[in-house]
Amino acid sequence: MNIYLDHNATTPLDPRVLDAMLPWMQGAQGNPSSVHRFGRAAHAALETARRQVASLVNVEASQVIFTGGGTEANNLALKGVCHGVPQGRLLVSAVEHAAVQEPADALAEQGWQVAHIPVDAMGRIDTDAMIALCNRDTRLVSIMLANNETGVLQELAAVAEHAHAHAALLHTDAIQAAGKMPVDFSALGVDLMTLSAHKLNGPRGVGALIVSKTVTLLPLIHGGGQEQGRRGGTENLAGIVGFGKAAELVQAELKTRIPQLLALREQFENGLQALPGIRIFADAAMRLPNTVQIGVTGFDGETVVMELDKRGMAVSSGSACHSGSGKPSHVLKAMGFDDVTARSAVRVSFGVDNTPADVSALLEALTDITQSRPGAVAWA
Amino acid sequence: MGVSRHNTPDIYLDYAATTPVDPRVAERMAECLTQDGLFGNPSSMHGPGRAARAAVEKARAQVAALINAGSPEIVWTSGATESDNLAIKGAARFYKDKGRHIITSRIEHKAVLDTCGQLEREGFEVTYLKPDRDGLIKPDAIVAALRDDTVLVSIMHVNNEIGTVNDIATISQVVHARNALFHVDAAQSAGKLPIDVKAMDLDMVSLSGHKVYGPKGIGALYVRRQPRVNLQPLLHGGHHETGLRSGTLATHQIVGMGEAYRIAREQLAEEIPQLAALREQLWRLLKESIPAALLNGHPLQRVAGILNVSFPGIEGESLLFGCSGLAVSSGSACSAASAEPSYVLRALGRDDELAGASLRFSMGRFTTPAEVEAAARIVIGEYQRLKALALAG
Repeated sequence: MNIYLDHNATTPLDPRVLDAMLPWMQGAQGNPSSVHRFGRAAHAALETARRQVASLVNVEASQVIFTGGGTEANNLALKGVCHGVPQGRLLVSAVEHAAVQEPADALAEQGWQVAHIPVDAMGRIDTDAMIALCNRDTRLVSIMLANNETGVLQELAAVAEHAHAHAALLHTDAIQAAGKMPVDFSALGVDLMTLSAHKLNGPRGVGALIVSKTVTLLPLIHGGGQEQGRRGGTENLAGIVGFGKAAELVQAELKTRIPQLLALREQFENGLQALPGIRIFADAAMRLPNTVQIGVTGFDGETVVMELDKRGMAVSSGSACHSGSGKPSHVLKAMGFDDVTARSAVRVSFGVDNTPADVSALLEALTDITQSRPGAVAWA
Repeated sequence: MGVSRHNTPDIYLDYAATTPVDPRVAERMAECLTQDGLFGNPSSMHGPGRAARAAVEKARAQVAALINAGSPEIVWTSGATESDNLAIKGAARFYKDKGRHIITSRIEHKAVLDTCGQLEREGFEVTYLKPDRDGLIKPDAIVAALRDDTVLVSIMHVNNEIGTVNDIATISQVVHARNALFHVDAAQSAGKLPIDVKAMDLDMVSLSGHKVYGPKGIGALYVRRQPRVNLQPLLHGGHHETGLRSGTLATHQIVGMGEAYRIAREQLAEEIPQLAALREQLWRLLKESIPAALLNGHPLQRVAGILNVSFPGIEGESLLFGCSGLAVSSGSACSAASAEPSYVLRALGRDDELAGASLRFSMGRFTTPAEVEAAARIVIGEYQRLKALALAG
């Protein structure tokens, strides 16, 4: 039995996306910068994909900068904005993905004043604290739209208003949100937004930074003048075509996908009630329809992950990028949980390829694992 | 082959811009992209994650083998442009307290030149060496430019427009004699010439997937371990690639590049003479009918697949657009949108007019003698038509 329940780490490629990519993965395909027929055909495909991605978040095609992935797009947002303005203050939430947290750390090493916006016990950013931290030196605020571990959604309207009142820009990492909820760039009031293809059933190795027309960015990767001079390098054509197709599909199907995911989540959460010693983190917050982060009392999350793996089920103990590190989740720590509780975390993230039977099997396995070692403290 | 919308078949002689993906590569990539394939995140601990990780490491060994590197010395990137950026900015910024002088050449790819331009804005001093008339960067020129505060020298192995091959083993010796680091952009030479990072004593080498019949959007940087070369990363967040390059690894892309490099290693010895024969065939046909045609680049010290020719007395853009059905370029693809004459040919001493009246033909694995013959016929016909028009005018 193989059941994949780790869609926040990466999603399987939609077969329809693969079909769209295949013609661009084989045979003679031009370099989109070439002026001959091959190059022009490649360029046209690139621009179709750009329109598809733009449409998903309701922007114009010229606002889409394709990158080598979400991490690069987050780096481009933070470093690209900050390297182009006088040093000042950068605000990031305490629950950001490493791809925002670590570029912020790198900027701090260069002399930037980096402040972390705290979250409450449900993982929601403290808007009052953000307002207090935001001053006239603030150049950029970065807050993710949906958290990768807990699935908690952030309310950005008030934040955007205060950031803009201080002439600061607002960036949001929407990697986990896009494809699981409607995302509208202008309605959110943000200036920069990160997207990743492989979290919405597109291919890995391609992402995008969406920018408002007034944002000035210093490129991270120079050379060649591609992407309006904001990101050099021959475009990952097949990947970008796949991203475009995945964006188009998710836009068309979001209305049916959301209730499908919500039903799986509800089935799982209802089933968990019968299991003593399992808690759901951020259960009172607005969350993504596919994400449930649980704490298994008396167990190390990584132990549960490996036990489920033995049973053919793929989940994670937090962010894939931190797996194996043994460190407690910084997200749960920021929500006020102690190390032991934070280490007990297991993240289940459903996808449209999951079925109610998958959820039942997961519940059965969790019952089996928790009952086999009642009260065991695996790591103590 | 190709995407022709006309009745005439397209002849693709622009392999230096990008190569078709080898069918064997496409097959391996497609295997990674199905629901039961290697779709896991290679950073995940579970079964699908571990399977993806194993595929990534196999590909790393395949890429390492082509240049005689150790697997841990290969860092995946999104392409050779990112590799060049990571190598040059990464080393310059890491060693900036040791010195702030960089040496490169005027005929490097834009990925190197634009990166050096950024470093100049950050306070580094860059010496741009002029090549000799044949487009070579001579070790003597490097010796003369090296200073006590030189931290990095970046010279391409093969020039992308004229195909000239630099003597990187000798350049490496002179660079190391002055304790500077040596970076080589090998985007045009990997898979086309033997590269041995140990024998050539190289510190960093940029590699591309899509110039070697692999996919676009994947590349690698060789970063020497012994003695260790340190770099400041360009991308932070997640500590992938031992912290040198963060970001979820694109398994299918990596597997594709690995397979492409495996095939390149296997076929290198037989492909070199084949491509050299095609190039000589094309040059002979052109020269027979157009005695005024001039070869750009070194007559002998050059890569097998590239032929760059100037056609005196006609307008280059007219020639390029007149050659319908033939995909060649008037310079590098990345400079294609600008109508400027090639900066590479200008650096060789060609005047604007002649530099503008030049074509780069680049042949590869799937080029046939019949295609070369047809291509020569198209170019000769168009040249003669334009020449007649010029005379009539």
